[in-house]
Amino acid sequence: MVADPHPTRPARSAYRYVLGTRTYGFRDLADVMAKATPERSGDRLAGVAAESAEERAVAQRVLADVPLQQFLQDLLIPYEQDEVTRLIIDDHDPVAFAPISHLTVGDFRNWLLSDDASIERLIALRPGITPEMAAAVCKLMRNQDLILVAQKCHVSSAFRNTLGLPGHLSTRLQPNHPTDDVTGIAASILDGLLYGNGDAVIGINPATDNLAQAIKLMKMMDGVIQEYGIPTQSCVLTHVTNTLEAMEKGAPVDLVFQSIGGTEATNSSFGFNLATLAEAQDAALSLKRGTVGNNVMYFETGQGSSLSANAHHGLDQQTCETRAYAVARKFSPLLVNTVVGFIGPEYLFNGKEIIRAGLEDHFCAKLLGLPMGCDICYTNHAQADQNDMDNLLTLLGVAGCTFIMGIPGSDDIMLNYQTTSFHDALYARRALGLRPAPEFGHWLTRMQIFQDAGRFTPNAGMPPSFAGSLARALQGDMQ
Amino acid sequence: MSQRKQAGFVTANAWQALRVHTDARIGLGRAGVSLPTAALLDFQLAHAQAQDAVHQALDTAALEAQLAPLAQAYNLGETLQVHSRAPDRPTYLQRPDLGRRLDETSAEALRDCASSLSSGFDLSIAIVDGLSSRAISENTLPFLTALLSALKHDSEEWSVAPLTVVRQGRVAVGDEVGELLNARTTLVLVGERPGLSSPDSLGLYMTWAPRVGLTDASRNCISNVRKAGLIYGDAVHKLTLLLKESRQRRLSGVQLKDRSQDPVIEGAKAATNFLLPNLSHC
Repeated sequence: MVADPHPTRPARSAYRYVLGTRTYGFRDLADVMAKATPERSGDRLAGVAAESAEERAVAQRVLADVPLQQFLQDLLIPYEQDEVTRLIIDDHDPVAFAPISHLTVGDFRNWLLSDDASIERLIALRPGITPEMAAAVCKLMRNQDLILVAQKCHVSSAFRNTLGLPGHLSTRLQPNHPTDDVTGIAASILDGLLYGNGDAVIGINPATDNLAQAIKLMKMMDGVIQEYGIPTQSCVLTHVTNTLEAMEKGAPVDLVFQSIGGTEATNSSFGFNLATLAEAQDAALSLKRGTVGNNVMYFETGQGSSLSANAHHGLDQQTCETRAYAVARKFSPLLVNTVVGFIGPEYLFNGKEIIRAGLEDHFCAKLLGLPMGCDICYTNHAQADQNDMDNLLTLLGVAGCTFIMGIPGSDDIMLNYQTTSFHDALYARRALGLRPAPEFGHWLTRMQIFQDAGRFTPNAGMPPSFAGSLARALQGDMQ
Repeated sequence: MSQRKQAGFVTANAWQALRVHTDARIGLGRAGVSLPTAALLDFQLAHAQAQDAVHQALDTAALEAQLAPLAQAYNLGETLQVHSRAPDRPTYLQRPDLGRRLDETSAEALRDCASSLSSGFDLSIAIVDGLSSRAISENTLPFLTALLSALKHDSEEWSVAPLTVVRQGRVAVGDEVGELLNARTTLVLVGERPGLSSPDSLGLYMTWAPRVGLTDASRNCISNVRKAGLIYGDAVHKLTLLLKESRQRRLSGVQLKDRSQDPVIEGAKAATNFLLPNLSHC
């Protein structure tokens, strides 16, 4: 037997571990990170995963001994090559970092779980934690650790209502339609509102990237929010440059949306850079449409996007994902969510991998101070089903997830995947006692949408304030 | 929605009638705050069908038999049966790179075929199982019947290579098929990722000067081809416009795409936002 299975690796690498008669060597810190990651298909596809269960467990031991300081010197993607790295390093706050600067990754896990890590200390620590530190500790944590620590990370954000307060869970009402048919969209919005959904945002994924179409949908949702005085915000999830153009044309933009990744190359493949986001944030702030807060950005992320764009620099997908949170927190978003199961089984193979990734993303984002939600979802070619989503929903509800999606009957007829339904949100409310955003909760009672707000019971009849709309719709059908 | 009678314990929704306006699962009613049994069973059936569409192997013998009269009528020769480098479905689902290439035996078979035939073709057609064998078995014959007829009646002549059926294939495998068969353009018919309401959706991808290693930027796509989606005649109309323009300009992909962008979608009927009192037509 040859003791070292990879003799070509530099024998001098600092990352070595002797287990019995066998010496494990790791190329560099990125290699340790990748191999320490709980198993998932995307890392195998990238060729960065551990080659055996033992190698994974050994990599975790090596990672546990890495000092947190090391992540400020040993940059996983060079500073000169990547603006996300520059953002991470330039914005790092050594004063905030001081209380944990002497810890290793393994110590950091212990500290996070200890009672010393109070809600206030975790808030103060945020600017001192880099995404790589968060990703590293996450790899050593069990699911229950990810839940327990995330519970302690309080993050709230506001625009026309207040999101993320402890004991609350919000929902994005997602009324997608394959041809953006306005009547079809209105029908899904009505359904969602009457099931008490939509406090995080009413957000449409448009069927095309056409600008005129996006503006039409923005006006449509703005009209509905004004007509019923709904304390919520709207968003058309189109490209940031489209939203910039829409604002120039005077469209009623509440939130600017963009999908983001954790490397500069990923973001260029998405067609934007940090300057684009800054410009869009300024433009949205200048509209002054928020009433209780000024968080105007909405970002989506998801493990695997960098590999999919061939922009992962040899990093594992969970580390790339966490770097995206540095991009997000630069722009003080109202909402961030990981679209965890959308990307498909070549990145997250089954329910187990999707559940793990959802908990990881939520934990890392909360630790870094983001209002993190989750699109608890799967595609039909993944080995996953509704039961897996029930599990993840329940776990994230316990962990203090900021928001989830709400869609009629879990079936997105435009994007062809399944996410949480309006009913699922009510399940989580009842099972875990989680309330909607306070302003929105009052509106639900005032509009008689909930007949028993304490038990989250919708009105058994048609709430009077919406009876006229239904009559108009049915009358329209008669003609 | 199934017609199961909803007895007690279910609160129906007054707005259930709005389902005529959308395929979205609105107005499902509730048992407590949860999904009523009837709606639950409907969902389970749709999910089962979508999963079966992914995992059911394409019945290639049946497909070949289906296509035989068509191949004969248009003098296409024998349909070729080939396989990607992904040996089975679990591998296929996790290794997109393997699904993009033909295995050695298949590549050899296409090379042999090409050397025994004419010097080249205007068009090769790869029929690829992709993520929905059902999309292929239900849509291929009617779609190709319409397409081959349209090409026959086109002002230009189109020489078409023998049809190729690829198992465990991804879109890009069509480039290798086209390259080996010496085709100037390759067309891929592929089973798309199935949705809950659309387990049978066919995708069309066209590439000029196909060769191994091209990316999506070199392709043009027409999606959602099926009886309840983009119907065959419309899909053939769109595709022949693309094929002709591609042939004339000797390119495909992004440069063609920009010209064929759809304008704002306008519904056939005037769509109204009934949530606003003035029946806004915005």
